Amino acid sequence: MTEQPMVRFDNVSKRYGSLTVLDGLNLDIARGEKVSIIGPSGSGKTTVLRMLMTLETINDGVIWVEGEPLTHMQRNGKLVPADLAHIRKIRAKIGMVFQSFNLFPHMTAMQNCIEAPITVLGMKRADAEARAAELLDMVGLSEKKDHYPSQLSGGQQQRVAIARACAMRPKIMLFDEVTSALDPELVGEVLEVIRKLGREHDLTMLMVTHQMGFAKEFSDRVCFFHAGKICEQGPPNELFGAPKNERTRQFLHAVLEAG
Amino acid sequence: MIWDWAFAFEILPVLASAAIVSIEATLIGFALAASLGLVLAVVRIAVPWTGWTISVLVELIRSTPLLIQIFFLYFVFPKFGVVLDAFTAGVLAIGIHYAAYCSEVYRAGFDNIHRGQWEASVALNLSAWTTFRDIIIPQAIPPIVPALGNYLVALFKETPLLSAIAVLELMQTAKIIGSETFRYTEPMTLVGLFFLAMSLVSAALIRSLEGLLNRRTMR
Repeated sequence: MTEQPMVRFDNVSKRYGSLTVLDGLNLDIARGEKVSIIGPSGSGKTTVLRMLMTLETINDGVIWVEGEPLTHMQRNGKLVPADLAHIRKIRAKIGMVFQSFNLFPHMTAMQNCIEAPITVLGMKRADAEARAAELLDMVGLSEKKDHYPSQLSGGQQQRVAIARACAMRPKIMLFDEVTSALDPELVGEVLEVIRKLGREHDLTMLMVTHQMGFAKEFSDRVCFFHAGKICEQGPPNELFGAPKNERTRQFLHAVLEAG
Repeated sequence: MIWDWAFAFEILPVLASAAIVSIEATLIGFALAASLGLVLAVVRIAVPWTGWTISVLVELIRSTPLLIQIFFLYFVFPKFGVVLDAFTAGVLAIGIHYAAYCSEVYRAGFDNIHRGQWEASVALNLSAWTTFRDIIIPQAIPPIVPALGNYLVALFKETPLLSAIAVLELMQTAKIIGSETFRYTEPMTLVGLFFLAMSLVSAALIRSLEGLLNRRTMR
């Protein structure tokens, strides 16, 4: 092994009662790598992100972030379930953008972006505001900084949510179907921000998406999930151009037909 | 004539100073109810294993009469070495009783917060304390102000129960005036009117507070 992966899923399983959502997932993601996850609904692809963000517990296996276990901690050479302090330490490296934006509705765009830097990172208000102003500028919303989420369009809300996640300086960014709740004409502005983020920041990105065109153009690797497993993965031109697996072919055919 | 205006004006100052005791009991009792209720509701979510204990406690308090709880604090607690004066015991009982109701109101308020708000708080690595203080509580409170306000008025109307342990609030004072002068019409009517007036005033205040909060949050 040459370099430690940024994220490693080591034989991770997730079950709800008798339903197995993820079945022994093994997946390494390199530093700075952009990985897209595609697949039919119910294939477990969103669960991958939610487990990494610690929004879901896992039933088996270990998730590693930069060589440190996220869900566990080492004690006397053994891995035991992690306590909250450990989880929060590792979780600080990860940020997430949600399908439904999840901005705080009682706070302005600016307040949304400085809440966590002040209360979690202990930044001074002035520093946090300066940083948030830069980020809101990056997502093209400098003029909207004092607007409340209800005064912004879906695309603008999602761009604020991206700025808010960036304000915590994560090393890994998770995008969970971030354009699925948007009107078609607003999808482009959000994807443009993600492209810019990919170019200008040394971020490892993991995204669940239905935007096949964007996945093809943006990612270094695409993983096709089916029934809780990675069915096929590879560089986008291979996976989209010459899928080897029959299920991948069927899925891509159905999606491209519809799109 | 049944109604004697001169007598009514004569007892008014005495009743007015007793009214202050009633209002004090209401304000302190409700402050206790609102804050203890919030603590119960927050602890129930933040420390899951306390859920069962808190449910039982709340159910126990809500399912027994307030008057019995007042008597318990005033007459039974001294047997265990906890001696409280009548006002303290009474206000404490009222506060705890209504805290049980308030905690259910807060719980409903928390249940109405979209799951995504909790998840965004996790993703931003906020502590549980910050999540409640800055994200959940500010969103949960405005919609439940009317329900909390109803309990404020209800609590206020139950303060005459304190007369049972001889706290010199309105009711007790009116009863004393009645038994000394054998005239109950004026004192009881004045007490009733006072409660009516105060209840209407607090209802109006709560409505304007509600309007204010709605304007602030619905932008």
